[in-house]
Order: sequence, then structure tokens, then C-alpha cells
Amino acid sequence: MTATLSARTVGSPAGLSRRLSTYLYRRPTLALVLLLTPPLLYLGVIYLGSLAALLVQSFFSLDGFTGQVVRKLTLATYRDLLTRANLDIIMRTTVMAAVVTVTAAILAFPVSFYMARYAAPRTKAFLYLAVLLPLWSSYLVRVYSWKLILAKEGILNWSVTRLGLEDALQWLLGLPGIGGPSLSVSLLGMFLVYVYVWLPYMILPIEAALERVPESYLEASGDLGARPQQTFRRVILPLVFPGVVAGSIFTFSLTLGDFIVPYALGNSALFIGQAVLAHQGTAGNIPLAAAFTVVPMLIMAVYLAAAKRLGAFDAL
Amino acid sequence: MRSKEDRATLRSRRRNARRPSWPLILATGGVLLYLHFPVAIIILFAFTTDDAAFRFPPPGLTLRWFGVAWDRPDIWRALLLSVEVAAATTAIALVLGTLAAAAVHRSKFFGRETVSFLVTLPIALPGIITGISLRSAIGLLNIPFSFWTIVIGHATFCVVVVYNNVLARLRRSSLSLIEASMDLGASAFETFRYIVLPSLATALLAGGMLAFALSFDEIIVTTFTAGQQETLPIWVFNQLTKPRYRPVTNIVAMLVIAVTTIPILLANRLTQEKSGVPLRRSVRRTAGKLHSNSEDLPQ
Amino acid sequence: MPECSSTRSVPAVRFDGVSRYFGDVRAVDNVSLDIFDGEFFSLLGPSGSGKTTCLRLIAGFDQPTSGTIRLHGQDVAGLPPYERDVNTVFQDYALFPHMTVGGNIAYGLMIKKVPGPERVARVAEILDLVRMSGMAARKPAQLSGGQRQRVALARALVNHPRVLLLDEPLGALDLKLRQQMQIELKAIQEQIGITFIYVTHDQEEALTMSDRLAVFNHGRVEQVGAPADVYEHPSTDFVAGFVGVSNVVTGEAARAITGSPQSFTVRPEKIVLRDAGAAVADGWCTALGRISEVIYLGAHTRFQVELEVGGALVVTQQNVETTSMDVQAAQGRRVRLVWQRSHNRPVLTGTS
Repeated sequence: MTATLSARTVGSPAGLSRRLSTYLYRRPTLALVLLLTPPLLYLGVIYLGSLAALLVQSFFSLDGFTGQVVRKLTLATYRDLLTRANLDIIMRTTVMAAVVTVTAAILAFPVSFYMARYAAPRTKAFLYLAVLLPLWSSYLVRVYSWKLILAKEGILNWSVTRLGLEDALQWLLGLPGIGGPSLSVSLLGMFLVYVYVWLPYMILPIEAALERVPESYLEASGDLGARPQQTFRRVILPLVFPGVVAGSIFTFSLTLGDFIVPYALGNSALFIGQAVLAHQGTAGNIPLAAAFTVVPMLIMAVYLAAAKRLGAFDAL
Repeated sequence: MRSKEDRATLRSRRRNARRPSWPLILATGGVLLYLHFPVAIIILFAFTTDDAAFRFPPPGLTLRWFGVAWDRPDIWRALLLSVEVAAATTAIALVLGTLAAAAVHRSKFFGRETVSFLVTLPIALPGIITGISLRSAIGLLNIPFSFWTIVIGHATFCVVVVYNNVLARLRRSSLSLIEASMDLGASAFETFRYIVLPSLATALLAGGMLAFALSFDEIIVTTFTAGQQETLPIWVFNQLTKPRYRPVTNIVAMLVIAVTTIPILLANRLTQEKSGVPLRRSVRRTAGKLHSNSEDLPQ
Repeated sequence: MPECSSTRSVPAVRFDGVSRYFGDVRAVDNVSLDIFDGEFFSLLGPSGSGKTTCLRLIAGFDQPTSGTIRLHGQDVAGLPPYERDVNTVFQDYALFPHMTVGGNIAYGLMIKKVPGPERVARVAEILDLVRMSGMAARKPAQLSGGQRQRVALARALVNHPRVLLLDEPLGALDLKLRQQMQIELKAIQEQIGITFIYVTHDQEEALTMSDRLAVFNHGRVEQVGAPADVYEHPSTDFVAGFVGVSNVVTGEAARAITGSPQSFTVRPEKIVLRDAGAAVADGWCTALGRISEVIYLGAHTRFQVELEVGGALVVTQQNVETTSMDVQAAQGRRVRLVWQRSHNRPVLTGTS
């Protein structure tokens, strides 16, 4: 029995892995470097490198005659970006993102409130899943489903007809700018789908923020004579606002960068994502596509700076 | 001192205060319906006999589109490519995410926050930025589109999923387990194999399945890195813009939902079980109490 | 084992000017210490005094900033835990949750590739030693705190280490179980005869179990010695205060009582309460004071006496004939305290 014991004294011939293990034990920094190198190399070089490539490309230009990218730094592409049509695209996308964000925040509130305040643990776990599932899965297919719903012969029109509301729908679709021949080809339809796909991103941070408001605050407010509406406006809303901002970062930036929804349900009015896709694709104008992408990045940078100031990142 | 009745009324008043109002319940239910009924519509339309439009209610129900879809080589090709891409992406994400999590967990080194930030960035930025960035790099370096250009694009935003899962598990598990193993004679590698890996197993499985689901139905980044290759989401996207095979598209849509939903549900189960759902924990606590009552007495 | 006799003269553990800094914090500050083979040695001190860090340095979980540690004469600098012939019982037991009790205990043997049948035999043998026979198939989650403790002990002992490190192993147990485990641990140590190094903040535990102990404070060793030695002859006011309750008399009060300004301690149980007018024999110290607080503790009573020369002394008295009522009546009474001069222990002050 003692023979097996002495096998563990130092200097006994150890296996290669054991020697390597000891070697690294004595050099914790080297061990750390070895752990970090592959992920940092991957994300640092490939990902950050690509982001740099994007910036570089946006300062290249496209030769109009040959259709080749001229690899010389110039501001010409940014000049092309600032045409009337392109500014319209940027404007339209930003307004859509803003409207979607506000609507999502309003819709997210009751669900978050119910989850944070009233749901029993079991119900809450179920609701979490019900919100997480659409966030994780098949965004494309979920958009596609609205094509079925909003189609002329689809369930929405069918319900509207059943309810005798065709005139109201026709009036909505007749509105200039947001209307169209049918909901499946209109900004109104796009709006419905955007709210639908990004809503979970809004619910989760608001729910997390609500969760952190102690019950005693609400009781204190009620105790001091505030009616529920006053408590909501004066106590809950200010405390939950950072959560709303955190959620809005998602809804805003995701709308800015999306091209699936406009392709599926939009009309001839283009959005930033579509422009990027079109320019890099058949047109082969990667510089202009890159410059177009810089726009949402800038908008988001401004937005994030403002959000940071509002303390939104504590709620993530 | 409060009387018994006082306490009873107080309790019932508190319970009343916890009861949601009807408008709140209705609004919650409405939003949940909004979030989920579109999936039901897809499932319904997979069985419709209507092959030209999206008529509701369906004129009739049939199973024939499953057969038609089964016989479509383009769908099989796209499905195969998507599965291969998702598998390769998951493998890369598992390795890189675990390494990054281990590094961030084991020491407080300078720039630790930066690593976290870098890992999270690809999923925080909209897909279109990742996509066009990779496209720009591919263009600059004249790299031909291939299976690997897709995988590399997907792996950038899948690493974080594994990273988060593994890091959360590491933070929950006690460092003294690793020390105990080394104290008992196990080298770092043996400790990883016998102690760390088993405790990470479900976190890795959950992270891996989420990464798989994320990669399998990714469309935005893929559009920029796939070139002429057609993954299943690209196939669906093409149908979205130029619908040609509506009934078959419905079948594929249903398939994509199933392939992504099931791993997510499983991953959710796995991460919850190990973190100790209240129910489980309470069972364990009761068991512990029973033992201490009967077996800690002097023997 | 022939090498046993030769190592008798070599300490099992030797600290030679060992320090461990964490940034600016001196967790262990220039500690020199010998722990002999077969000793039950306690590292006693308040939390944050460096005792656990010392244990981790011995185990190899941490490396000293400076100084050398020798295990049985061998410098262990840079030696990882798995190359050291010591085993640890962790404060939180650190039982592997995915393995059974048997799997946990056999882990070290499995790593060392001890053949299966021998493994089984040794696990059974050690389970017997810690009185956990028949529990090999349980999972740690199914055990009570006391049982986990035994498994953790068995898991370390099954490897026959030459030194066993115990990091506050009884801290999580309730009082009754703790007292029972103290006796068992001591018995096991005597039975197998290896060195136990025991970290604790509980002075009573250290006094009960140890052959010798080291008192830690602010990363330094204040005193090393046998329990009775440390208790009766505390070398600093910190030790006097930490090991048992003690009175430290300093400055003017000391001069008024003994005629010298040298600080000294005297244990509360050595002091006797007399009437203020009582006579004092030769070779006894005395001080007048007023009882400011009476704490009745059942078997004995603790009095706080404010001295007329300044300061206060704690006095304990067995309740041989007195009752709770009697002692409470003493509150506020002027008394004379007397004790034998030989019970005064000069101490260094200012270390706490």
C-alpha cells in the first residue's frame, strides 16, 4: 500500500500532460494568454478587422464606367450618400424605428408589470419562456407568417370583414405615406410586424427593471396618499425608465438595420437595410453600402451616449 | 400584539393587493396572443389545400404538401447546408466561448471588461453591420465565398451564447471543487476532465443548442457571406420576395420553427435544472433535514 | 517505514520568513514556524489574520510572495497541489456533487491509478474509520452537514497523506455536533498518527484539540506554544485577549498595583472578591473598585469592576453557595480585589 503512496513524491517520472500542467501552474499568465488567444484572435482580428474594413471601404469609391471599386481614399462615396433620395431613406427608417420603439414600450408594460408583480413563480417561468422563445427563434419565419396574416385573402381581412370594419381599414390604407393597396404592402403592415418581432426585446429589460422596484416603495407611495395612477407616474415610471431605454436600444437598432421586413411587406419606399443589400449585391457598390451602414452606427452612437447618460446600462 | 383576526385580515388585504386588475390580465393575454398566434397560422397553412393564395379560412386541409416538399432536392440541399453550417458554428462557438469564459472567470486581469465587451459586441450590433463588415473584408481580401465564410460570420455572434452560459455556470460552481481535485492529486487536465467538464456539461449543451438554433435560422449576416449558396433561411427569404412555391414554403417555415424551438426549450430546461429550480431545492433541503435528524445522533 | 525515523528531526512543515501580499494587503507577514511530524497543530486567529492563507500556501493553492516553505525538508516553491504529499479538508467540504460518496473518496486513488479491488477495499476501510460504512452509494446532496464533513475527511485520509490540512472543518456544524466531532477528530489523529494542521477562529476548539498552536494576528504569528502555555503565559495583550477572557492592566493602574509601569495580564478566575475593608496577605496584589456590571452565567458569575486607580477588571466567581439573587445584589457595591502576584503575566502591548 505504501508503494502506491510514494509514487506521488516529486521527481517521479510524470506523464507529458502532468508536466505541461505543472509548467502552466508555475506560469499563470501564460496559461491565461493561452486561454484568451483563440477567442481574442477570432473576434479581435476577424470581427474588429471586418469593422475596420467596413470603414475603409466606405472611403473607397466606385468607378461609374468600369463598375470596379477604386481603392483610393476619398469622400466621394459620402457625397453620393447625401442625395435627396438617400436622405429620404435614412429619414423614413429612423422615423419607423422611433415609432416602433414607442409602441413596443407601451405594449411591453402590461406584460412586464404582470410578470414582475403578480405572476406566481410557475406562471412567471412560463411567461419568461413565452417571451424568450420568439426572441430566439426563427425571426425570418415569424416575419413570413405575417405575409399569411396580412394577405388580401388572409385572416386579418377576413376578421375585419366579419366585424364589418372594412371601411375603417380602407380609410387607414388610404392615408398618404403609410397606406397602400393592402396591409401586406404598406408601411402600416411593416409597422405591425416590426412591433411584433422586437417586442420581446422590450419586455425583458422592462420586466427586469420592474423586478427591482421594491414592493415597499409602492406601499409607501400608497400610504402617503397617492392613487394608483399617481404611484405609477411618479414612482414606477421614473424607476423603470432605464429599463425602457435599454429595451429601446434593441428595438431602435434592430429596426434601423433590418431588411427582411421591408422586402417582405414593403412597397417601393426603400429602407436603409434594403439600400445596403442592393448596393453590395447586384450593383457591386460595396463602398456605398458600407457608407450607408455607417449611418445607423452613428445614429446608434448618439443614442447610446444619451442612454448612458440616462443610466440605462444598469438595467441590462 | 396583534390579534389573530387582525393578522388574518391583513393577510387577505395583502393578497387582494396582489390580485391583478382585469384590464391588466386582458392586456397581458392580448400581447401574448400577438406574440404567438402567427406561429399557429403557419402551422395551419401547412395543411391548406389552397396553393395559389393565403386564403382564410383554408378551403380544405391536406397532407400532400409534406410529400411534395419531401421530393424537392433544392430544399434538401438548403437544409443540409444549414445543418452543416450550424454544426460547424456550434463547434467553434463551444471552443471559443468556453475558453473566453474560463479566462474571464479564473483571474482578474487587466482588460477583462474588454474581453466581455468584445464577445458581446457581435450580438449587440445589428446583424447588418456584422454582415456588411464581413462582406467588406471579403471584398478587400478577394476571398471567394464558401461554406467557411458563412460559418465564420455565424460564429462571431454565437460565441457569446456559449460564453454567457459557461460563465454563469462557472460563477455558480465553487472554486474549492477545483482546488479539492488538485489537492487529491489531479493535474489541471485531469481536473478539467473529471470535475470541470461534468459540471459544465449541461451549460455547454444548453449554450451549444442555442448557438445551433441561432445559426440555423440566421438570415441577415448570411445574406452577405453566402454568395450564391442557399441556406434554408435564404431559400425562405427568396420565397418571401418572389413567392413561387407557397404551400411548400409553409412546410419549410414550420420545419424551421420546429428545428429552432425545440433546442431552445431544451436549453431552457437544462439551465434551469442545474441552477436549482425552487422546487428541486426545497426537496433537497427537506431530504437534508431528514438525514440530520436520524443519522447525526451519536452512534 | 525506515524514513520515518530519519524525518523525526526534520519538521513536517517549516515556514521560513514567509510572506504573502495581495496588493498592499499583507495577508501573511514574515512568518517563521515549525510544525513537527505527528503533531496536532492549530492556526488560531480572528478572520483575516492570515491563518487560512498559510494553510493555502502549504496546500499549494497559493504561492508565497517571499520566503520558503519546506514540507519534510523539501522546498516546495512552484510545486502544484497535486505534487504535494498533503491533503485538505475544505471549509465547505468541496465534495464533488456529481459523484457518489464512494466516487468522491476513491477520486485520489483513481487519479493515482490504484487498482480497482484495492480501491474498493481502501474506501470501505476509511468509511469504517469515519463511521460512515454503507453510505458509499449516496450522493453528497443526500447527506447532512455532519456526514459531509466525515466524507470530506475520509476523502483526504484515504490517500494516506503525511500532513492533513483542515480549514475550519467544523465551522458549519451546530454546537453539539461540533463538540462531538472535535473528540472524534482528535481520536482519529491519534489513531493514524499523521500531522494535522487545523485552522480555526474558535479558541476553545484550539485549546481542546491541539498539541501546540500558533496565534495569528494581522498576518503575523503572535505566539506559538502548547495550549496551557499560551493560555497561562500569553506573551502579548492580543493573545491574552483572544485566548480566553483576560484582563490587561497598563500604565498608571499597573504602577499603582505592582509598583512598576510594566503591563501585565491576570485571568478573571484568578481574582477573588473581598469586602472593601478586608486585609491583604503578603505576595498578593490588591485593588479597590466598584462593581458596575453583574452577569449571571449559571455555573459562575462575571463581574465588571471599575478600579479606583483607573481601568476595569473582569472577575469570575464560581457560584458555589451564591444564587442569582445574591449576585445581583452585589451591583454597585464597593469591593476589594485580591489575587496572587504570581498570576500576573507581563505582556507586550499595542499589538492588537
